[in-house]
Amino acid sequence: MNHLLLVPVLLPLICGALLMTTSRSPINQVRLISCGSVLLLFLAALYLLTQAGSGQIQVYGLGDWPAPFGIVLVLDRLSALMLMVTAVLGVFVTLYAMRGDDLRGGYFHALLQFQLAGINGAFLTGDLFNLFVFFEILLIASYALLLHGLGAARLRAALHYVILNLIGSSLFLISAGLFYGIAGTLNLVDLARFIAQAEGDQLFLLEAAGALLMMVFGLKAAFFPLYFWLPRAYAHATAPVAALFAIMTKIGLYAILRFSTLVFGVSAGGASGLGTGVLWVLALVTVVLSILGAFAANTLTSLLAYLVLVSVGTLLAGIAIGTEEAITAILYYLLHSTWIIAGLFLLADIIAKQRGDLATGLKVGPQLLNPHLLGGTFFVAAIAVAGLPPFSGFFGKVLLLQSVSGSAAWQLWPVILISGLVGVVGLSRAGSMIFWRSNNTLSGAAPLDKTAYFFTVLLLLTSPLLVVFAQPVIAFTEATAQQIMDVPSYLNAMQLKEAL
Amino acid sequence: MELLVAITIGVLTFSGIYLILRARTFSVALGLTLFSYAVNLFLFVMGRLHTGQPAVLNDASSYTDPVPQALVLTAIVIGFAMTSFVLILALRAYTELGSDHVDGVEKTKKITGLGRNKQNKKKRTGAKR
Repeated sequence: MNHLLLVPVLLPLICGALLMTTSRSPINQVRLISCGSVLLLFLAALYLLTQAGSGQIQVYGLGDWPAPFGIVLVLDRLSALMLMVTAVLGVFVTLYAMRGDDLRGGYFHALLQFQLAGINGAFLTGDLFNLFVFFEILLIASYALLLHGLGAARLRAALHYVILNLIGSSLFLISAGLFYGIAGTLNLVDLARFIAQAEGDQLFLLEAAGALLMMVFGLKAAFFPLYFWLPRAYAHATAPVAALFAIMTKIGLYAILRFSTLVFGVSAGGASGLGTGVLWVLALVTVVLSILGAFAANTLTSLLAYLVLVSVGTLLAGIAIGTEEAITAILYYLLHSTWIIAGLFLLADIIAKQRGDLATGLKVGPQLLNPHLLGGTFFVAAIAVAGLPPFSGFFGKVLLLQSVSGSAAWQLWPVILISGLVGVVGLSRAGSMIFWRSNNTLSGAAPLDKTAYFFTVLLLLTSPLLVVFAQPVIAFTEATAQQIMDVPSYLNAMQLKEAL
Repeated sequence: MELLVAITIGVLTFSGIYLILRARTFSVALGLTLFSYAVNLFLFVMGRLHTGQPAVLNDASSYTDPVPQALVLTAIVIGFAMTSFVLILALRAYTELGSDHVDGVEKTKKITGLGRNKQNKKKRTGAKR
């Protein structure tokens, strides 16, 4: 067994606990621990990524209990990829927060570490109930992080977010209970094996449990009828928190992808492809509604929050198509959208600091101190996020559009292309309002924080890098798509008898 | 016994969801608590109902499944923490926003305006008398 599988969960958990005790220590000490933790986490993620790249599925039995009885952690290409996305985001969020945002409330770094522990655990676990526990860890940390800095707007957004997620957690438990009551197991791979041979009433109840679970994941991923909490929460969160939350919707999508390929995948017998028809429609509706929201947004951050939703809809469409090509495409698009939108949230914060009281409001405001530098960065990032060439968003969308054919293409192509166009219009409206139409007053804002700007640009640089290294990245996502579609290889890895 | 447990879970879920759909944070917190009771009970009986059976796996053909009990313990602890968080949050929102509406602002004038005005009138007239 490879004990390194535990590092992405244990390291932030220990550092988080340590940081809880350092509330009176000098801030430099706290920052040092936090920074060290995320950098180590990045190295661990890099190592696990190279290990998973060999194509072997690693299973870590906690307490060395064999697979269906004990709790297992599973490392395959998909988990390793998601760990990497989180680690990169974690590094930049921590570095950016160290420029002052971590002082706006207590325990920022501790909460950040707990959040990372929860996220990494959710990506690694191979057990349904364990997934619930890690979801709760990341959620309770996110509740507190969302409130970081306090204020009326944040309280209002957090109240909705917390209540909705508590209802979601209860539904998750009902679903986990149903799965256990029928199948007698909570191990995802064992569950897949059971569902493959289930029929009659059993199958019906399992499908009901699966549908309930999709709803819970849908609340996390935020697609059409379940997304109304997101724009307000993301628009009002502190910048590093909003950037970190760029991964939160992807956790829901990851869980949906995992379930729709492993548990309700091609080999799931009667329950195969559960809900993909509904997800497809919801994905397209999400893209349409959220791009309208982005067009109508009255602050830059809420515009970005709606762009998060556009990416959710696009990714969900890929999951609903469910072919190897589509999953290859959306995994590439997931890397791009998570990092770029996080970078844009940080950039919006830098811009807001130069606009005085107006902050991110899309109204004619004071002249920025560095209009050309910030405007140029915003222009490039907007091109990337809207999906225009030559940046990564374009590649992701082209791959996704190529993966569909027939009537699905007739539905997907116009939605994606027109939403891209509307996105460009919305972003250029915001950009021209902020950078060109100033009322020639000076806000008296502090000069540009060059270090914070440097970190933001580094994060945004992932977009051109994803284009330069498109070939190896797409080769990896393609191998990932192949691996997660191959359910028997998971049974072998857990040494469960093949019954598919 | 199965029927009784099923009815209990049903009533708890119904009351919980009814309260969650109310607009005041206190009722919502109560509703979440009731709903989580229902869920915990549901999770517990997913190991099937047995009386007087050993709680561990042995050679006996009938036993009480220990896994749902472990699950429900975890769920209770987590639910407890979450409920206390939501209560603190609700209090904080009430003191800072000056309203216990879940939206943080009073929006009920149009919907329940009539009923409210009547009540207010009654109160006012009562005060006059």
